Amino acid sequence: MSTPQPPMPQTAAPDWQAAAPGSPYPTYTSPIPVVRTHLGHAISSEWTKIRSVRSTMWTLGVFVLLVVGIGLATAALVAANQAEDSLTGQNPLSFGVFGLLLGSMCIITLGVLTTASEYGTGMIRTTMTACPSRARVLTAKAIVFFAVAFTVTFASVLLVALADVAMLKGAKDPSGGDWLKGTFGISFYIALLGLLSLVVGSIIRHSAGAVTIMIGLVLAPLVIALFMFSSALEKVRQALFDYSIPNQLGAFYSNSLSDTGPTGWDPVWIALGVTAVAFAGAVALLQKRDV
Amino acid sequence: MIEAVGLTKRYGDKTAVYNLSFQVRPGAVTGFLGPNGSGKSTTMRMILGLDNPTAGQVTIGGYPYPKLPNAPRQVGALLDAKAVHGGRSARSHLLCLAQLSGIPARRVDEVLGVVGLQEVARKRSKGFSLGMGQRLGIAAALLGDPQVLLFDEPVNGLDPEGILWVRNLMKALAAEGRTVFVSSHLMSEMALTADHLIVIGRGQLLADMSVKDFISANSADFARVRTPDTEPQLREKLTSALTEAGGHVLPEQDGALRITGLPLPRISDIAHDADVRLWELSPHQASLEEAYMRMTQGAVDYRSTVDQKSGLMQPLPPGAQPPMPVPGQGQPDWYAPPPPQQGGQPFAMPQGQPGPYGAPGAPGAGQPNPYAQPAPAAPQTPAAPPQPPVSAASADLTKPEDAR
Repeated sequence: MSTPQPPMPQTAAPDWQAAAPGSPYPTYTSPIPVVRTHLGHAISSEWTKIRSVRSTMWTLGVFVLLVVGIGLATAALVAANQAEDSLTGQNPLSFGVFGLLLGSMCIITLGVLTTASEYGTGMIRTTMTACPSRARVLTAKAIVFFAVAFTVTFASVLLVALADVAMLKGAKDPSGGDWLKGTFGISFYIALLGLLSLVVGSIIRHSAGAVTIMIGLVLAPLVIALFMFSSALEKVRQALFDYSIPNQLGAFYSNSLSDTGPTGWDPVWIALGVTAVAFAGAVALLQKRDV
Repeated sequence: MIEAVGLTKRYGDKTAVYNLSFQVRPGAVTGFLGPNGSGKSTTMRMILGLDNPTAGQVTIGGYPYPKLPNAPRQVGALLDAKAVHGGRSARSHLLCLAQLSGIPARRVDEVLGVVGLQEVARKRSKGFSLGMGQRLGIAAALLGDPQVLLFDEPVNGLDPEGILWVRNLMKALAAEGRTVFVSSHLMSEMALTADHLIVIGRGQLLADMSVKDFISANSADFARVRTPDTEPQLREKLTSALTEAGGHVLPEQDGALRITGLPLPRISDIAHDADVRLWELSPHQASLEEAYMRMTQGAVDYRSTVDQKSGLMQPLPPGAQPPMPVPGQGQPDWYAPPPPQQGGQPFAMPQGQPGPYGAPGAPGAGQPNPYAQPAPAAPQTPAAPPQPPVSAASADLTKPEDAR
């Protein structure tokens, strides 16, 4: 037979500290040394993550295939069919843009997957438990992804650029500035586009949704502008053309679709600004929302 | 040491957890029980800093989780086994977690050995069974060799060998002086593993006490008395004598008497004084499962009903009677709350409404049911809260004989 059990008091618990010496309760101390974690740990962790999933290999593989394949094919096609002097004054590096435009979809996808797939699988809860500093996790992801995306893009673009210069004899000799913009600059831009996708993935937390938004961002301005026939919308149409991402890509070879849009290194500054704002927004949301 | 004070979480206008205060002490396995949707997982997520509490706070060793210096070295958690990227191998998954908290990579192989996943360490976790996923989750929790461990439903999907392993693991971890906080629906498992229980229902604390106290406080412990079958008048005599002495007597179907409110020696004395011979005088304690069901029946959000299959029925020919559903079939029965003198109703639980299957049903009418056909109205003490009619507790659901 049981004895009467009074209700457990909820608040009148003894005031004690678990870690304090002389604690009435036993404590366990791990023999493994505890280190102070920093961004470096998060970066090595994200590097392990990005190289241990197949989607990285797939997206980057297709990216290289598109950029190098289409780049070389375009160069070969132009070289075979060029008329005398038809390429005079042309920047030979500019023939790499077609492959890059298609390839950017792969970088966008990889960027989105880097963050959004963790939400899709629930891995994010494990990650955020292992590293409660959410901004650190996002920063590490951004650094690792940017480094990977930039390296792969730069290597592919450089290969295509060298082939272009070698195959297209009639074109002008690209200056040092042309080389810098046409290889380093555009790779930086594509990697930034991927970084923006990563940030959007972190904000949207849904892979398909974020990929759709990013592809819309790349293509929609140009497509919308094509259907703006009315002269009243002429200015809007021109702005959409100028700042559409395909046109900004062209600016790196100074052969934009229009003459009024961003020139020189402008696209990089625009992309940097947009990405920085989005990143700040993503960090703020990350701190505020429940995982 | 986990300490929650006034923890509250609202999602829109739905309150998942309300004013929850409890402490989880080191050196013991603390079970965390509650019906589905009662806020167990939300509470666990708040402990781990994944969800921000709307009000109140929860600390581990005095710090909120995000403020802990190297949190994964102090707290390990298995939240759900599927919180893993399926495309990553078990080893890579653990390696990236180890790197994140500065744990040497050889520890990964150690914990893979501990949970028995060395063979499949390089296989993608997508192909893992539920049990293997649980083992991987437990490996991740053990990775930092932490002082505090949280497990949400750790034995889900494990085979009997795995369940035994988890049970011993929990006890071993607690014996080392760690804080072990485990949620589970498996009452039999909790009865074997946990030392202490925290029970919540609809996001509020229902109980915070040791397993033994919990069972005592929430079950109607009773004594069964059997008088010689051949002399029914002895039974009547004993019943009146016991009632006079302040006991509650419920006749059972097979002629035995169920007595509450009197200790065994007293029953024996009364019987002796009344000159009644006894064939049986035995103590009975309810199982943890019964005690739990009794406590949480008012707080269950998702209750199953009988599948009438009315949409699938052929229209009945005129004059035919529709088949009567068997009461209580496939249903958890209504558990009578403990009688007031058994420690009363320590918890302010919704009372008074009888269960949907409150009528005495006889599941398994063929075999003798020791609890079937109780007296509908036991004598009440004046101060007692209104008590729903005592219903039949089906023998297959509750196993009061083997206490714990």
